[in-house]
Amino acid sequence: MWNMKQLAYGALARRANQIKDELRQGVRKPYKEVIDVFQGDLHGAGMKPLTFVRQVLAACVYPPLINSNNLPLDVRQRAQKELGRCVGGSVGSYSAAAGIPEIVHSISEFIKRRDGGIPSHPENIYISPGSQWSISNILNVLVNREASPRTGVLIPVPCYNITVLSITQLGAVTVPYYLSEEQAWALQVEELQRALESAKGVCSPVALYVINPGNPAGYVQSQKSVQEVIRFAWEKRLFLLVDELYQDCVYGENCEFVSYKRTLSEMGPPFSGTVELASFHSVSKGFLGECGLRAGYVELVNLDPAVMKHIHTIFSKDSCAPVLGQIALDLMTDPPKPGDPSYPLYKQVGPENCTLVINSLPGFSCPPLEGGLFAFPRLNLTPKAVQKAKVTAEMQEDPDTFYCTRLLEEGGVFTSPGWEYGQKEGTYHIRFCIAAPQDIMEELLRRLSSFHMTFMKDFS
Amino acid sequence: MLQNLAERIRKDISLGAQKPFKKVIDVSSGDPHRADLQHVSFLRQVLAVCVHPQLLEDKCFPLDVKIRAQKLLEACDGASVGSYTASSGLRHVRQSIAEFIKRRDGVPSYAQNIFISAGSQRAIMIAVKLLASGEGNTRTGVLIPAPCPHMLYNVLEEAGLVLVPYQLTEEKGWAVDLDKLHQALKAARGNCEPRAIYISNPGNPTGHVQDRKSIEEVIQFAAAERLLLLADEVYQDSVYGKDREFISYKKVLFEMDRELAETVQLISFHSISSTCIGECGLRAGYMEVVNMDPEVIYYFDNTLCGDISTPVTGQLALDLMVNPPQPGDSSYDTYIQETFFTLATMSRNAQLVHELLNKLPGVRCQPALGGIYVFPRLHLPCGIKAQAKLLGLKADVLYCQKLLEEEGVLAGAGEHGEMTDSFHLRSSIRNHKAL
Repeated sequence: MWNMKQLAYGALARRANQIKDELRQGVRKPYKEVIDVFQGDLHGAGMKPLTFVRQVLAACVYPPLINSNNLPLDVRQRAQKELGRCVGGSVGSYSAAAGIPEIVHSISEFIKRRDGGIPSHPENIYISPGSQWSISNILNVLVNREASPRTGVLIPVPCYNITVLSITQLGAVTVPYYLSEEQAWALQVEELQRALESAKGVCSPVALYVINPGNPAGYVQSQKSVQEVIRFAWEKRLFLLVDELYQDCVYGENCEFVSYKRTLSEMGPPFSGTVELASFHSVSKGFLGECGLRAGYVELVNLDPAVMKHIHTIFSKDSCAPVLGQIALDLMTDPPKPGDPSYPLYKQVGPENCTLVINSLPGFSCPPLEGGLFAFPRLNLTPKAVQKAKVTAEMQEDPDTFYCTRLLEEGGVFTSPGWEYGQKEGTYHIRFCIAAPQDIMEELLRRLSSFHMTFMKDFS
Repeated sequence: MLQNLAERIRKDISLGAQKPFKKVIDVSSGDPHRADLQHVSFLRQVLAVCVHPQLLEDKCFPLDVKIRAQKLLEACDGASVGSYTASSGLRHVRQSIAEFIKRRDGVPSYAQNIFISAGSQRAIMIAVKLLASGEGNTRTGVLIPAPCPHMLYNVLEEAGLVLVPYQLTEEKGWAVDLDKLHQALKAARGNCEPRAIYISNPGNPTGHVQDRKSIEEVIQFAAAERLLLLADEVYQDSVYGKDREFISYKKVLFEMDRELAETVQLISFHSISSTCIGECGLRAGYMEVVNMDPEVIYYFDNTLCGDISTPVTGQLALDLMVNPPQPGDSSYDTYIQETFFTLATMSRNAQLVHELLNKLPGVRCQPALGGIYVFPRLHLPCGIKAQAKLLGLKADVLYCQKLLEEEGVLAGAGEHGEMTDSFHLRSSIRNHKAL
């Protein structure tokens, strides 16, 4: 399903880049700039980087700044500390393939603190250029390219599309389990069961991929739900691949992020010592939003030592993650403390406005956003509208692609169509990032509303 | 294994253990910062400002640094190095690279044929993955030089390709021998389908720099046998042998007859990890794809989507590498001094090491004309060979182990696929003090 559409996927992004170039060159359009909320790219959407992070990184890049009085003391001390961990005292050196050891250690301490004291071991942690790279490496171990039947991986619908790409590129089969839109995208075990059964005779499922908080859907799993998934994975002997990139983006009322690792540990035997788990995090989302630096990590739990050895080999074959990214990881997991001159203040954009506006527009519906960086509203088009859109669309696109294309061209808002993430047959969604500063968010919603009303009128 | 031993020794030294040397000199890797070489100031200054744009107001940075940083930030989404870029790289940087190639070769180059990735290794991986097909006897094969860089084994194996080594001629300074190419190809046909030939020029780890005639021969061979040319030109800036000059495969190709120039498929690789820039830790490189079907080119971009984007600071470093300060710019003098010093160091080291090694009994070293390594051959006495066998090690590995333990020098053992009865070690010549 996804492979064929890959060709169309790139087209929208290319068009958006074209329009951006045209605007830069002064071509006139009904808008002055493109609001790019296509990816979970905070800085691209207008959020500012954290000053402390950038000051430390700048001093690491150009060490003479460490002697500059223009930088706060804690920044200078931290930069010196980070450089001391780099080979040759430079961010230009290769580091150990698994990551700079002191930073890996920092991450393990962070995980331990986050999970209420549950131990985390540095030798189970690997840093890579972005979490996707780690996911690919782990998949590489799980997927047997020569197997018949082929290896299967259960994935949610909707799902983060790049992981789907990684899975299919390795020659494995995706086994979709549908999240329940009517119940705010809840994960139902019966659905996991159904999905697993549908795989019989088609492929051999070895892993279950979960995203919490969600992408593109903005849910945060309850602890009960996490326990259910763990139990299911234990019963069916599935490897748990847990994407927890948005753990710092939780804002729904009564919502709380609890890591899979913590829940697993607290469930006790037989689960805690046997369920195999890989959890992923990165500097790309959350407070830092440093997607462009490319650094993430994976923590592995309950893996067989022989498998760990193999994983170590795979990570060692790659060159290391960019050193600046690794340093950013360290700053993320070991930020300034109260009392430090740079103790950071991070304002999160409230998504309440967003769901209110969207739900007020006819033909649009969206469950309350609890976490993550995206809104994934549903486009409720009548069959007549769907037909009309299909006829008008130049390339016989689906209505959601058509909607996004029109929204980009006419409204200057770059979003992505729901088919890229998977959706129930006959339903259409769009995804856009909501981590933008208030004024940009307001402008986005204004343009979206205006465009939407016109679109619904034209295609009703 | 040698790396682990080196780590242990470093630890012991830091805990006060007595050794015949004060610290381990690591010349095993091509990492210049590991070898105490300084970074290029202009590059680091521009990057620092890009990382923390408030530095634009800092008086300590020269004007050209600020102007350049501003220009680069404009090319980034949200004017931040923290934003994703297009999967194939920032358009601005791809354009800079195209212009650099055009200036270097006098041949047109287009941004859309240039793909930026997290290091040239990643680029090579993508290229070979797209090439890979078939099973059993029909599996795709790639001709690779023996010796060749280590990483090539990993990359090709992971992509499921068959390695078809062709021996380089040590006695001729590790030159490429057409007969050996034919031999390798002939032997390979039947158990795989050779579809590409990889070559590194300047050579890694050999230090050989091909002359025009040699490059033409390889191109003609590739054309006749319908092989894709994978030209790893990462060390193009480090040529110091007398009367030697780097000429790119692309330039030579375009100066051969028209039919060849329009049909031979070539991908050339470069990165910021080597050369005078040496920013291995920033992770960025590029490939230029020549004479490839546009539909295939589409898939380069598509495959890169899996990595989402290359580290932005690395991409900016690429731009600074291909577009350095010009005469008249405030940073020009310092830039020239620094890069000149690096090249002079390499050149001097290459000569010193060559002379010294050739004086030692049992060591023969071809002159290194370019690149960052020397690759001397060890004629080891039987005693050490026997001992090595007992320990289950290759003799050159054992030699390196002893070198590390007794003299504190970490060199790379010759595990590069050269002929089985010869032993070599690989040493980087970037380290200016310790050598």
